[in-house]
Amino acid sequence: MKRKLSSVPITKELDIVGARQTGRNIANDLGFGSVDQARIATAISELARNIYLYADEGEIIFQQVEGVAPVGLKVIAKDSGPGIKDISKALIDGYSTSGGLGAGLPGVKRLMDDFDIISTDDGTTIHVIKWLR
Amino acid sequence: MDTKQELSLYTELLKEYVDTNDEKILYQAEQFSRQLMQDGISPEEIVEVHFTALHEIIPDMDQRVRDSFYFLIETMIYYGMAYQRYFEMKEEEISLRTEIDVAANMQNTLLKTEIPNSEALDIGAISLPARQMSGDYYHFVQDDEKNIGVAIADVSGKGIPAAFVMSMIKYAMESFPDNRMYPRLILKLLNRVVERNVETGMFVSMFYGLYDTDEHKFYFASAGHEPGFIYRHETKTFEEIRGKGLLLGIEKESNYEQFELDVDPGDVIILLTDGVTECKSGDRFIEQQEVLEVIQKYIDLSSDKLVENAYKHFERLQDFQLRDDFTLVAIRRKDEKEV
Repeated sequence: MKRKLSSVPITKELDIVGARQTGRNIANDLGFGSVDQARIATAISELARNIYLYADEGEIIFQQVEGVAPVGLKVIAKDSGPGIKDISKALIDGYSTSGGLGAGLPGVKRLMDDFDIISTDDGTTIHVIKWLR
Repeated sequence: MDTKQELSLYTELLKEYVDTNDEKILYQAEQFSRQLMQDGISPEEIVEVHFTALHEIIPDMDQRVRDSFYFLIETMIYYGMAYQRYFEMKEEEISLRTEIDVAANMQNTLLKTEIPNSEALDIGAISLPARQMSGDYYHFVQDDEKNIGVAIADVSGKGIPAAFVMSMIKYAMESFPDNRMYPRLILKLLNRVVERNVETGMFVSMFYGLYDTDEHKFYFASAGHEPGFIYRHETKTFEEIRGKGLLLGIEKESNYEQFELDVDPGDVIILLTDGVTECKSGDRFIEQQEVLEVIQKYIDLSSDKLVENAYKHFERLQDFQLRDDFTLVAIRRKDEKEV
């Protein structure tokens, strides 16, 4: 079972903050503790920043899901950018080009429980889930 | 310990400390933090535990203080990720090390060379890598007439790339016929192999000698290799053995001049790589004179003991950390009474 809760379009840098806030509120409503809320918010930041930096526009979608635990928060980052040529490489630490100490996709993978990515010339969709335990 | 137990222990310790300010409690906190580390508890989780525990001790905490903890948790998230990454890196390192160990073992098997048993000569050789894999190499062949060929080589650079090149050279040498190959020809052929197969920027220096056990003549040629020495038993002095020629792999066709020496009973031929001559004591390179003094100190020992003792000397001189691969070969013409 899944339920779409909200979606936030990403077109400018300030939208990253909006996506974080929405994600945090949803996580709070679903019963996540403050540490997990902070992890989810940081993961959303990374995903939204990737959209802002590399794809110009896209959206962050929030869904409530059930699976290995009765309640999970699924975050989908969808863009129509140029796609990621080498996903394996993008998931290696230090390869991220977003600059600075950005955790990049490997960081997102660490912060969340489930991680999946599909990337073509037409864009990239990343699914991540945090389960409520 | 699960998270619940950890939380209650933390709360207990914190309560006690707030009441007593006892150093003993701080010591217990230190022990406890080790336990948390072992359990992989990340920094942001500790902040949360602290906040929860504090909330129990001071229920009417100012809202601003509460908020500051959310702020702190957020700030610790990246530290938490770095912490997690550290554990993953530790595992990666172990698996990489295992892989390199396997490669180093394989290199030892591939590059194995038997020191020939000779009636006329007493031969010793030692070769140790600075890292796990060596770019130094020595090789012996003995032909039907008991003449002995000896090669000593050094690939520029160290580690895995150098080790690859060395394996190639060994197999090239093994493809040569066993009978009396002259040094100048061997170097010429090997130069072609290296020039064709090794990318530019990597070079090999090699000294090749052929010891004629009948005439007691030593024929040699060098491709840019460190000069060797011959210790003259009669005069108790060293003479340099210096060849002339370019490093292997620089030019398509290189020619190597061949020299010869007469070897008298008790004389010792010493061949080495720059890992020996460029030993450093502190910041200072040791002088050639010092190398020879060390060798002379052990010159009356059998050749295997000579090279072993010399190695131990230089190993100690460098605080037991080789900076370069180290290879030393000693070939002594036996006295009449030993033959």
